Amino acid sequence: MSKTNTAGNSLAGKFKNMNKASKNNMLTLSLVILFFVIFKIITTVGSSESLIGIFPMICYYIILAVSLNLVVGFLGELSLGHAAFMCVGAFSSGMFSKIFADTISNDWLRFLLAVVVGTLVGGIVGILVGSLVLRLRGDYLAVVTLAFGEVIRSLLNNLYIVFNDGKLKVSFIENTVTEGVSVENVIIKGATGMTKLVSVYKDFHRNNTFIILGMILVVVTLLIVFNFINSRSGRAVMAIRDNRIAAEASGINITKYRLMIYGLSSALAGMAGVLYIHFLGMAEPVSFDYNFSIEILVIVVLGGIGSIRGSIIAAAILTWLPTSSLFMNFDKYRMLIYSIVLIVMMLFTWNPKCKEILKKLSVKNLILKIFKKKKETVEETVEVESKTAETVVETADKEVQ
Amino acid sequence: MKFISALINGVNLGSIYAIIALGYTMVYGIAKMLNFAHGDVIMIGGYITFEFVYALQGNIWVAMLVTVLACTVLGIVVEKIAYKPLRKASPLAVLITAIGVSYFLQNIILVIKGSDTKKYESVINVPNLVLADGELIIKGTTIVTIVTCLVIMVGLTLFINKTKTGRSMLAVSEDKGAAQLMGINVNRTISITFAIGSALAAIASFLYFSAYDSLTPMSGSMPGIKAFIAAVFGGIGSIPGALIGGITLGVIEIFAGTYISTNMSEAIVFLVLILMLNIKPTGILGKKFKEKV
Amino acid sequence: MKKSLRKLFCLGLAVTLVATAFSACGQKEETKAKDKFYIGGTGPLTGGAAIYGNAVKNAAEIAVEEINAAGGINGYQVEFKFVDDEHNAEKAVSGYNILKDWGIQIMMGSVTSGPCTAVADKTNLDSVFQLTPSGSSTDCIVNDNVFQVCFSDPNQGSASAKYIAENGLAEKVAVIYDSSTNYSSGIYETFKKQAEEDKKFEIAYTGSFTTTTNTDFSVQLNAAKDAGATLVFLPIYYSEASTILTQANEMGYEPTFFGCDGLDGILGVENFDTTLAEDVLLLTPFAADATDDKTKAFVAKYKEKCNNEIPNQFAADAYDAMYILKEAIEDAKITPAMTNEQICEKLMGAIVKLSFDGLTGEDMTWVATGEVNKAPKAVVIKDGVYVSYTK
Repeated sequence: MSKTNTAGNSLAGKFKNMNKASKNNMLTLSLVILFFVIFKIITTVGSSESLIGIFPMICYYIILAVSLNLVVGFLGELSLGHAAFMCVGAFSSGMFSKIFADTISNDWLRFLLAVVVGTLVGGIVGILVGSLVLRLRGDYLAVVTLAFGEVIRSLLNNLYIVFNDGKLKVSFIENTVTEGVSVENVIIKGATGMTKLVSVYKDFHRNNTFIILGMILVVVTLLIVFNFINSRSGRAVMAIRDNRIAAEASGINITKYRLMIYGLSSALAGMAGVLYIHFLGMAEPVSFDYNFSIEILVIVVLGGIGSIRGSIIAAAILTWLPTSSLFMNFDKYRMLIYSIVLIVMMLFTWNPKCKEILKKLSVKNLILKIFKKKKETVEETVEVESKTAETVVETADKEVQ
Repeated sequence: MKFISALINGVNLGSIYAIIALGYTMVYGIAKMLNFAHGDVIMIGGYITFEFVYALQGNIWVAMLVTVLACTVLGIVVEKIAYKPLRKASPLAVLITAIGVSYFLQNIILVIKGSDTKKYESVINVPNLVLADGELIIKGTTIVTIVTCLVIMVGLTLFINKTKTGRSMLAVSEDKGAAQLMGINVNRTISITFAIGSALAAIASFLYFSAYDSLTPMSGSMPGIKAFIAAVFGGIGSIPGALIGGITLGVIEIFAGTYISTNMSEAIVFLVLILMLNIKPTGILGKKFKEKV
Repeated sequence: MKKSLRKLFCLGLAVTLVATAFSACGQKEETKAKDKFYIGGTGPLTGGAAIYGNAVKNAAEIAVEEINAAGGINGYQVEFKFVDDEHNAEKAVSGYNILKDWGIQIMMGSVTSGPCTAVADKTNLDSVFQLTPSGSSTDCIVNDNVFQVCFSDPNQGSASAKYIAENGLAEKVAVIYDSSTNYSSGIYETFKKQAEEDKKFEIAYTGSFTTTTNTDFSVQLNAAKDAGATLVFLPIYYSEASTILTQANEMGYEPTFFGCDGLDGILGVENFDTTLAEDVLLLTPFAADATDDKTKAFVAKYKEKCNNEIPNQFAADAYDAMYILKEAIEDAKITPAMTNEQICEKLMGAIVKLSFDGLTGEDMTWVATGEVNKAPKAVVIKDGVYVSYTK
């Protein structure tokens, strides 16, 4: 998208000169905006509180899913500690908002700075964790990210921060600071986490501003992600995913690019955390557990690994479905259904026999016929991918040698 | 005394981790996949024994036999349905499927049995050993656990090195293609590995729930993850490695709780893993592989 | 292939999304004429804390049926709707939004503290009166419009410390608490503070655990034993407590165990050896086998409704909550035609003047901060049943 400046001035001219990927990205972006507009119309006409209330949630799930997709889809690794980055982003930005509640009187400015803080902290923690774990790959990396997620969560569970008379007091493990301090001045209180952030942004809550804020953050995320993927770095990352050794041989600094995308992904997760904590007005460390990370993974897998648009649609649908009256009664079975879908998706995308079955079904299915041309090309790439997977023997210790 | 009883508790916990870690290490060594659902097989084993003893008032020995059989069958079925079709898929796809299976097992129990805690009745009735005038009590379950662990280790080592099936497992773990050329039925060998792993999970369920008696649908996931860490710690694919890794981890966890903080014991266990993997990524007894292109 | 499948899948779901979005609007159009009181609540009906949410839901429904059968409140019938929040703040907020679409006028929830804190902020913005049966954290009642039926956590902590001191139950006390729940750490903090102020007994050992390390208590129990504690204070939930009791028994440690309302339900744990809980003391406002008529009638109805399940303290709190609302509405002469702001304001005025006799206490009164005043009751477990504790 960034490389199209040389084209003619008119929008149409620009669009014509874009490459296929950029067009695709533009399409996704405009779909998101279109959806937002439709949503706005629906809610102004019908004023459904549950739809208005769920929109910011959809927004942060979209950001989470897209950012996890960077690691899963573009780096080809599994991160099971994504919720932890969201957690640090949420608490750091919430802390910022609370401390500067009086000093910065403009809500918009304060929120903007809070977003910057949350994103930066998420990114920094991501890079720190990444520099420790990214020399591992595959299953090892998955388990270590899970472990790190739990470590970060249990650290926050024991963190107490008080801001009183312009002084910041922090205590760790044993609570020595919150005693006798009024609720407004307690910023983070161990397992209770953070509460009463609503009072800092009362107007935002009254006017449902979080819908617009969420939308802006989603668009910003998409712009960053699309630009990154289409950049030189993005291509380097994908080269590493497809064939690491070949990429290394062509002079790509593997550690650097892996760290870069991991940091970007966790920074975006931190940004989602900012929206989360400010919208809910509170957060408990216990919410950001391993199960939360898995739920994000479910969204990514369901939307299609490596497909940004898929992640967006899946995030919107999976967040909205459980709250809709249609599916309320299925809530007991929701996680069970997720798990089955996860397995079935994997079987149908990777098993030759299952793909065969799908093919047969597709012949009978008129709608699928329309996509026939695309389908064949996709199949070819899948085959190529599985071949490379066979040839590259996965081991854990190659970098030591 | 504090030190000794902490040490004994640690070895007890570690022995259970070691048995669970064996299931991981065998499957990982042969199928090259992290069977995330292994911990949940333990949980299912717990529920089967619980139902058999509590609801049906069955004999404990019969219950144990039924549990071992049921877990073995479960292991084979899971492998056939979810893992076998993905043998040529990317490692990422297999890992996600394994997480899916783990979630499936947890949630199916959640739907059937509900989320409230059940009390698992200890299946081990060995009297406690009282030493030093009651200052030091070694629980019966602890003695049984440690003995069982050692027996399994020795038995499994003999099985792998001395029997034909065991040697074919070794061959498959070295090189699947070459093993097939030598006339080894790779699929059958992998199935057998899963069967053994799941039977070990059943045995681990007796020991684990006899020591820590609360049974919920989530009971299996944490010991499962920690046991995998133990397997990585000791070196994936190595049987004595699982023993060393398991016991080290158990002792670290209990010592961290006793001398540092019970709040942080888990975080410390995970940090040790991360450090370990940074210093020696293949674990204490792990073999080094040369990467092939 | 997978792409086309995905497209179809997404297309289908997108269509349903838009369709239901519009159908939701359709529902909204036919706004109900407010000739009933719309009372709503959220709580965990599924997931790990489901037992509490279900208890509240069932008991509240019993109360509503009774109220409606007796002619409603001020002559108006009551509609009650309860939404699942899975003990999750996000779900609780979207649950509350669903209730808003339904036309909620008074909030009777949420059941657990975290979600209750989140919802309390939203009801405050909308000026909806909120009465939580069991959200015991002080964070729940920071806003003016929120009141509690249960004791707040700090109250439980100080009441427990006082109770132990006044009755001379022990000189050396150990505490084992769950540092990952605010319920447990909230009680522990005030317990410690009160104990240090009174200096009647010494806290010899403090141990904690988290939700992921709640299976092995050998470390904590050994330390408590070594410290010579004769009473162990357990401000935790019953499932972990049952494990602690079993493990203490195995290692031959036999102190007095003392707990708060979270221990209620310990006798109901499937396959738990209730002889281990003999002589366990707990500070709870409700005992299901109390002999007064009110409790008897409620327990009988609850058992009939829920396959012979014995109601716990949460159920009693919810049942009381409904009747508290009824009395307050009657006192303030509220009608459903009023706006939410009016109802909220009038109820806030009425509830502080109320003196209520219910299942969970006689002569309950409220202060403007939202806390309840009632006498703490201790029960002791004897022969597998709760008996009122007398020294």
